[in-house]
Amino acid sequence: MSTAERLALRDEGFDPARAKKDFPILQNTGLIFLDSAASAQKPQCVIDAIADCYSRDYANIHRGVYELSARATAKFEAARKTAQLFIGAAEAREIVFVRNTTEAINLVASTYGRQNVGPGDEVLITEMEHHSNIVPWQMLCEDKGAALRVAPMDDRGALMLDEFKKLLNPRTKIVAVAHISNALGTINPVEEIIRLAHAQGAVVAIDGAQAIPHQRVDVASLDCDFYALSGHKVFGPTGVGVLYGKAALLESMPPYQGGGSMIETVRFEKSTYADIPQRFEAGTPDIGGVAGFAAALDYVSDLGLDAIERHERELLAYATDALAGVPGLRLIGTAPQKAAVISFELEGVHPHDVGSILDHEGIAVRTGHHCAQPVMEHFGVPATVRASFALYNTREDIDALVRALQTVRELFK
Amino acid sequence: MSSDLRELYQSVILDHNKHPRNYCKPACTNRTAEGVNPLCGDQLTIYLDVEDGVVKDVGFSGTGCAISTASASLMTQTIKGMKIEEAERLFEGFREMVTSDPKSDPRGENLGKLSVFSGVREFPMRVKCATLAWHAMSEALHDTGKTATTE
Repeated sequence: MSTAERLALRDEGFDPARAKKDFPILQNTGLIFLDSAASAQKPQCVIDAIADCYSRDYANIHRGVYELSARATAKFEAARKTAQLFIGAAEAREIVFVRNTTEAINLVASTYGRQNVGPGDEVLITEMEHHSNIVPWQMLCEDKGAALRVAPMDDRGALMLDEFKKLLNPRTKIVAVAHISNALGTINPVEEIIRLAHAQGAVVAIDGAQAIPHQRVDVASLDCDFYALSGHKVFGPTGVGVLYGKAALLESMPPYQGGGSMIETVRFEKSTYADIPQRFEAGTPDIGGVAGFAAALDYVSDLGLDAIERHERELLAYATDALAGVPGLRLIGTAPQKAAVISFELEGVHPHDVGSILDHEGIAVRTGHHCAQPVMEHFGVPATVRASFALYNTREDIDALVRALQTVRELFK
Repeated sequence: MSSDLRELYQSVILDHNKHPRNYCKPACTNRTAEGVNPLCGDQLTIYLDVEDGVVKDVGFSGTGCAISTASASLMTQTIKGMKIEEAERLFEGFREMVTSDPKSDPRGENLGKLSVFSGVREFPMRVKCATLAWHAMSEALHDTGKTATTE
């Protein structure tokens, strides 16, 4: 089945309990995994694809004349095509393989950013960004004498679009926004953000780490300039991510790292650089990881992103209701548009203690600041407990969470 | 509820979490150190008044989980009046208790009230919480001016 055919599938009969069976780590271990926003678990097909790559199709790519290397290269480039179709990019060369979302953002900051941001210019982000969508821009601004501007969110954790508009101006060179907030689950109105930013001549980089596993993303219809994502959040292995960039922009950018693969010719006097995307892929990439990543995208496409999104929306509503019934529980992040991420605090109990007790009951949640300290500051908490859901979670998982929270309350009463 | 959870969250710990002792900056202090756990955001400050090699007074402030708060509270109660060397030896004994192999014989029988933390060794992820205040106290004792960090 081609990726395009897979994407066209609408699986009305999506069954999370059946999907759960695809994940070895969730079998017979009693594990209730509610931390997919940090990193998702891996289905057997992804594990097999990585093993197959190393068992049958492995050699370095873009190098050897021998058949095995050619086959490895073809598979690697087929994975690029899979990623292209998965996010709706116009061309495969708009897909740059990187390590993760963080590296994708750093790539944009250190190439496009360094080339196009100067003294007095501005980079506009939001208050709900992950540290990886704050610090690279901060470093760029410090280096270039530019200013980092931050659009605020309201007390529900929704972006204040009017304030965002006020901060946009002709000095704004880059707008960098999370598609979905990792700490709060807020879905940002990225279409509108992109339209507004383009009207001021700014390019837009979207941090898509949290969006990719949960909803259909089409970069061409969004018209974003850059889109960053991590494979490990979409059930693929760690060590592989994608930077999408519009071809014309990528072509105008200088290289990121120097090395093999990214060159055309090397002379001691001067080297010339390869075309995109190789220009940004110095050194031997994670070949096995890319094989696993492509398998993960195919897996998600086969299940159907629309079905996954529906399932998770239903889970979110169920969990929000169920948690509202736990005395002393305060939800942190109640934006009207939300993905299946629930941050909360329990009155009188530190999140770390909640996390330990839940862990003891077999439930894995994240506790801490979620690499979003400004978000914690906004809500006046040092940390939160975060339960995040993926396609393999069920209502039973949420029932178990609620029961375990009663245990916490009992212990701390 | 399982016994090792009860063992971790003993009533003494829960009480000290709810009502931490010496939770203030003493009127007279001459050594201070901060302790932070960057992973969970716990942050506390230990204040000491050390005279002639003896901890005359001690207090703390900050926020943390039940384990780190209760540990700081019980620590301040225990080290008040101790010589610097005694306080350091106590830290060693405490650390040994919470990091010992859960399969080995229980430690901490000579640690008095602090033995309520013996259940921590079943929860390796919480050792940092239990020892945060102690690391900060140690930095303060040596007047290093450094922040004690768990990372």
